[in-house]
Amino acid sequence: MNDKSTFPGGVHPGSSKNLTKDLSIKTVEAGDVVVLPLIQHIGNPAKAIVKIGDLVKRGQLVAEQNGFISSNIYSSVSGKVSGIKAYAHPILGTSQAIIIENDHKNDAAEPIHKRSLEDLSEEDIVNIIKTAGIVGMGGAAFPSYVKAMVKENNQIDTLVINAVECEPYLTCDYRSMLEKTKEIIEGIRLLNKAVKAKNVYVAIEDNKPVAIQQIKGYLYDKGATDIEIKVLKTKYPQGGEKQILKAILDREVPPSKLPLDVGCIVQNVGTCLAVYEAIVEGKPLIERVITITGKCVKRPGNYRVPIGTLLQDIIDNACRGFSEEPAKIISGGPMMGMAQYTLDVPVIKGMSGIICLTEKEAVSEREGACLNCGKCVDVCPMNLLPTRIARAVKFDKIIEADKLFITDCMECGSCTYKCPAHIPLVHYIKIGKQKLRKIQISKK
Amino acid sequence: MKEMILSVNPHIHDNSSTRSVMREVIIALIPAIIAALYFFRIKAFVVISSCVISCVVFEYLYQKTCKKNITVKDLSAVVTGILLALIMPPALPVWVCILASAVAIILTKQIFGGIGCNIFNPALLGRAFLMAAFPTMLTSWNNPITLDVVTTATPLGLHKFTQVLTGYEPLFFGNVSGSIGETSALALLIGAAYLLIKKIINIRIPFAYIATVFIISSITNKIDPEIYAPALFNLLAGGLMLGAFFMATDYVTTPITKKGQWVFGIGCGIVTMIIRLWGGLPEGVMYSILFMNGFTPLINRVTMPKRYGTGDRE
Repeated sequence: MNDKSTFPGGVHPGSSKNLTKDLSIKTVEAGDVVVLPLIQHIGNPAKAIVKIGDLVKRGQLVAEQNGFISSNIYSSVSGKVSGIKAYAHPILGTSQAIIIENDHKNDAAEPIHKRSLEDLSEEDIVNIIKTAGIVGMGGAAFPSYVKAMVKENNQIDTLVINAVECEPYLTCDYRSMLEKTKEIIEGIRLLNKAVKAKNVYVAIEDNKPVAIQQIKGYLYDKGATDIEIKVLKTKYPQGGEKQILKAILDREVPPSKLPLDVGCIVQNVGTCLAVYEAIVEGKPLIERVITITGKCVKRPGNYRVPIGTLLQDIIDNACRGFSEEPAKIISGGPMMGMAQYTLDVPVIKGMSGIICLTEKEAVSEREGACLNCGKCVDVCPMNLLPTRIARAVKFDKIIEADKLFITDCMECGSCTYKCPAHIPLVHYIKIGKQKLRKIQISKK
Repeated sequence: MKEMILSVNPHIHDNSSTRSVMREVIIALIPAIIAALYFFRIKAFVVISSCVISCVVFEYLYQKTCKKNITVKDLSAVVTGILLALIMPPALPVWVCILASAVAIILTKQIFGGIGCNIFNPALLGRAFLMAAFPTMLTSWNNPITLDVVTTATPLGLHKFTQVLTGYEPLFFGNVSGSIGETSALALLIGAAYLLIKKIINIRIPFAYIATVFIISSITNKIDPEIYAPALFNLLAGGLMLGAFFMATDYVTTPITKKGQWVFGIGCGIVTMIIRLWGGLPEGVMYSILFMNGFTPLINRVTMPKRYGTGDRE
């Protein structure tokens, strides 16, 4: 296999990572209130197990997993539960959330387990990951224990650690790799104790030479051969699960299947760090590293924040406000992130960044007529015809859009990024998928 | 805090636009325009300016009359005007240029819904119309620089009807008679290189087109060098360079799929050579591209990319 592989298609947006890539991670205190949405993951909402008026400690379980694909939620501060009600949510708009008044005492609860590392079986590891409420930290927030569980009929031969961070602006994974190299590598090893994959790869883009050197140094100084680094070409969306597997192993995940179905598991580096902290330190997932950036932010940076902290509090306290009023606030990266309507919204488990764009950076041109230039086809990493799908949706031909495999689209945004006519292709595709779902439900 | 802008991802763009694409094409055509002005002097100037002005004016008037958005700012009518002028003979009267522009902009482009909706290349259809309506005007050529009027004296015509080969050097630099923009292969190649470097066009269609012409003419030249011209002559004479890099790469009228673009280029090459070898006309670039334009929707449909993760749609 050659050293710098990649996937077909994709785009090269400017990285904009220089704003924060050399800033070390700073710990931020939560504000007077933290908000813990009951749904911060893919799957069922967690079930609240505290009542209004209850006193909670930092690291205390406040909402428990409800069903197979769901996740525990812990309080990230000590204080009093002041409400369980609908609150602004960075992805869903609003959702039920537990609201905790922070007493700023940081009284810590008991660790989630006190066993010594040597006694842990693979089952114990999966259980700790499950108990700690760990989900995919790259953004999708799929409960991690489900992936770590080895299934009878699935032969897992490869564990891929996603350290690609292909989204422009974001540097939280990069900084974590530099500052928490040992924890991440040990986290990977603990994870693989459960997964038992023959090959373990760390996939990273070639625009992060310092991190590559550091990880190589840590591994090879000790003569380790259990983990191999795969340097990939810098290209968006290299960090997509399907794109990583294509690049490293030349395996394609069939439509509506998971990496599991081709013998692979992909985990984000942030997840590995959380796994380490849960297993070695007995700490549930109550904090995460997040990049807050943009030209209009006075002090952009990488911050370790308690989950549930309101963005407004982070911006006011850690970032010292804005030098220019932002016109657009994005949760996640600029290619796939969600625009926010307010800063009164909490940090959730899967939130990797907040990007603030000024009016000049945020205003987009009006949609023009499709030129048939085929750029969207050239860059689509899923081999789709984005312009044709969008046109079908525009004329409400949802069945035709389905025949063009609209559901294969992962909404990476490469097509829209490139479109000279400024057609919001992802927008049409999202609408089309919703309409298709309605049609499929009504048929059943 | 003021209201936030909300929109679906992505939130950044590569800042290209229809206008920026057209601007790059115009820049790429500058060497060919300079060559045209050098070889055909005032006559080239008259043809180019009358085509460009009338294309823009027709686009504006049509959209104004039909109460549509005025899109002349996207510069696509300017590109059509320049391309139309470059495939005209130098001695064309102004009123004929205006007529061809009307056919290109109104009949070929706007009637079908404007930019992005036309089936045929506007500039080529404008010329095809003149070819049918005023054949003698379109086959009377001027010698470069001296501007003497001659008939049937393009290099391809000379070879086809009298088996005389024009030298490669004048063909490459442009010192031959023909349409005002097609004479200098060098000027066109400079522009083509610019478009390729700027990633405005990709190499698939031009490469497939030129390679097909090269292969077919090599074979026929081997079979009978008396009748059939050598491969290099076929590449440099006539409108192949202009057609392959600037007409067959027109976004609107060519396939969007990668495989389709290969098919399109090969098809253009085959039709061009059929006309050049056995047709009544010396040159086939224009008709070959128009012919393949008509097949574009069909080519798109049968060359769908393979669905990721399956063996479907191969």
